[in-house]
Amino acid sequence: MSQNIKVEKTVTIDKPAAELYSFWRRLENLPRFTRHLQDVTVSSDSRSHWVTKGPLGGTVEWDAEIIDDRPNELIAWKSVPGADVDNAGSVQFKPAPGNRGTEVKVVTAYNPPGGAVGDLLAKLFGESPEQQIGDDLARFKMLMEAGEIATNEGQPSGHSHPKD
Amino acid sequence: MKAVCWHGAEDVRVETVPDPTILNPRDAILKVTSTTICGSDLHIYDGFIPTMEPGDIMGHEFMGEIVDVGPEVKRLKKGDRTVVSSIIGCGHCWHCNQQQWSLCDNSNPNSWMLEKIYGHGTAGIFGYSHAFGGYAGSFAEYIRIPFADYTATAVPKDIPDEKLLPVSDAFPTGYMGADLCQIQPGDIVAVWGCGPVGQFAMLSAYLLGAERVIGIDRFPERLQLARDFAKAETLNYEEVDVLEALKEMTGGRGPDACIDAVGMEAHGQGPEGLYDKAKQAIRLETDRPHVLRQMILACRKGGTLSIMGVYGGFVDKMPMGAAMNKGLTFKMGQMFGPKYIPKLVEHVLNGDVDPSVVLSHHLPLSEAKQGFEMFKHKKDQCIKVMFKPD
Repeated sequence: MSQNIKVEKTVTIDKPAAELYSFWRRLENLPRFTRHLQDVTVSSDSRSHWVTKGPLGGTVEWDAEIIDDRPNELIAWKSVPGADVDNAGSVQFKPAPGNRGTEVKVVTAYNPPGGAVGDLLAKLFGESPEQQIGDDLARFKMLMEAGEIATNEGQPSGHSHPKD
Repeated sequence: MKAVCWHGAEDVRVETVPDPTILNPRDAILKVTSTTICGSDLHIYDGFIPTMEPGDIMGHEFMGEIVDVGPEVKRLKKGDRTVVSSIIGCGHCWHCNQQQWSLCDNSNPNSWMLEKIYGHGTAGIFGYSHAFGGYAGSFAEYIRIPFADYTATAVPKDIPDEKLLPVSDAFPTGYMGADLCQIQPGDIVAVWGCGPVGQFAMLSAYLLGAERVIGIDRFPERLQLARDFAKAETLNYEEVDVLEALKEMTGGRGPDACIDAVGMEAHGQGPEGLYDKAKQAIRLETDRPHVLRQMILACRKGGTLSIMGVYGGFVDKMPMGAAMNKGLTFKMGQMFGPKYIPKLVEHVLNGDVDPSVVLSHHLPLSEAKQGFEMFKHKKDQCIKVMFKPD
């Protein structure tokens, strides 16, 4: 038995499709805005190795191949047979009307095996994969438009300081 | 450094916390030279703003000196004196490009929290809860300014803080309130609330061409300030029937535009007031909308409501039938800081406006708690409290 998780999310980014496509097509860039991806290594034009942060501090890894690549329009990939988690995804770039930039749609599907291992792997992709993909896309937008990802991590507060 | 941290309703404490550091390349660090309590801070102080966490540093209306900049800060440099917008904008998204800075897509790291309750995320705001970005606020000796080139505006050094501090938040909020009214020659503008934002809304309505301006409040000193500073006519809602009085003052037409400078903790009268107070107390209703209801009934047919007072959640019993059938236009929003701040700095430098008039009380930051109590209860005729770090 296996469960299929499919998520689809779209965001509009105020940049030309060509610029967004080029950034994404260099798959090594993906960990810069996704929370779970730790590293992507490209071994050939169509082959890459993906490493994600797994539960309990471990990692989950697989090889992926590009299965469709239309410059400035679409990139689609899927894991090669033998991955711990079968997964596939695509990103589509479509000009938004009225100079509003580019509509970026991500579709991902995971097919973790059943049983305890499957549960663990499902958790890897978050309690809410939809929110996770949405957050990743929001960070992609921040990076592309504003040049950096907004944060408040590391700023001062009185959380752990006793009353004076 | 010393900072004023929120720990719960009516519980603010001066604590020693770590100094802020540059976290992103477009950050600057500002040494706060002065900061002030905004009426919307009272909503936090009173515990009506969700997603505050104990220890959060409050404050969003401030100015100071840049002491450090990240590598991607291009316009500002160390030593610059700046007024800072309470609203943080990235300067590059579609909304910032449209000058709708408070709708910035990229300045709120916790945008997803707002998406759940509002449908979409909006801009980060200093010291204004985690849903609005969880940014540490200005009631502190130092503060980190994200997207500093857009969020902070350089100002000359030879003019005292008092004259520029309200340009951080209260003045642009009031100015936007008037700007949203799209004032036409002959227009009469009524402003509910004669606190600092209301004062600036009245003054700005005249700057933008209003024929007459009417201010509504119940505190004699605020009504007096409205007459002296903003040159407005005034109504005390505890003494007159506001709807009747406004009709009489406007030839039966009603004000062409109505500005709400009060927001979610409005004081209603009679059974309606008790209804909202009770529902808000047990959180069945988050906001008390007396001003909104009254504006809908008061406004001229086809007129404009401009809402600058802060609302957070839900309101009950809105007379939508009146609003719809009278063909009213509703305009509202958190202020578009950088759209207005340079223009308002010019007004101050030219001597058109002296915003220091609203700063009735001056305290060291270490006396923040007293400042909040004084501002909340309008003790000693308090209009607005300015803090300077000790």
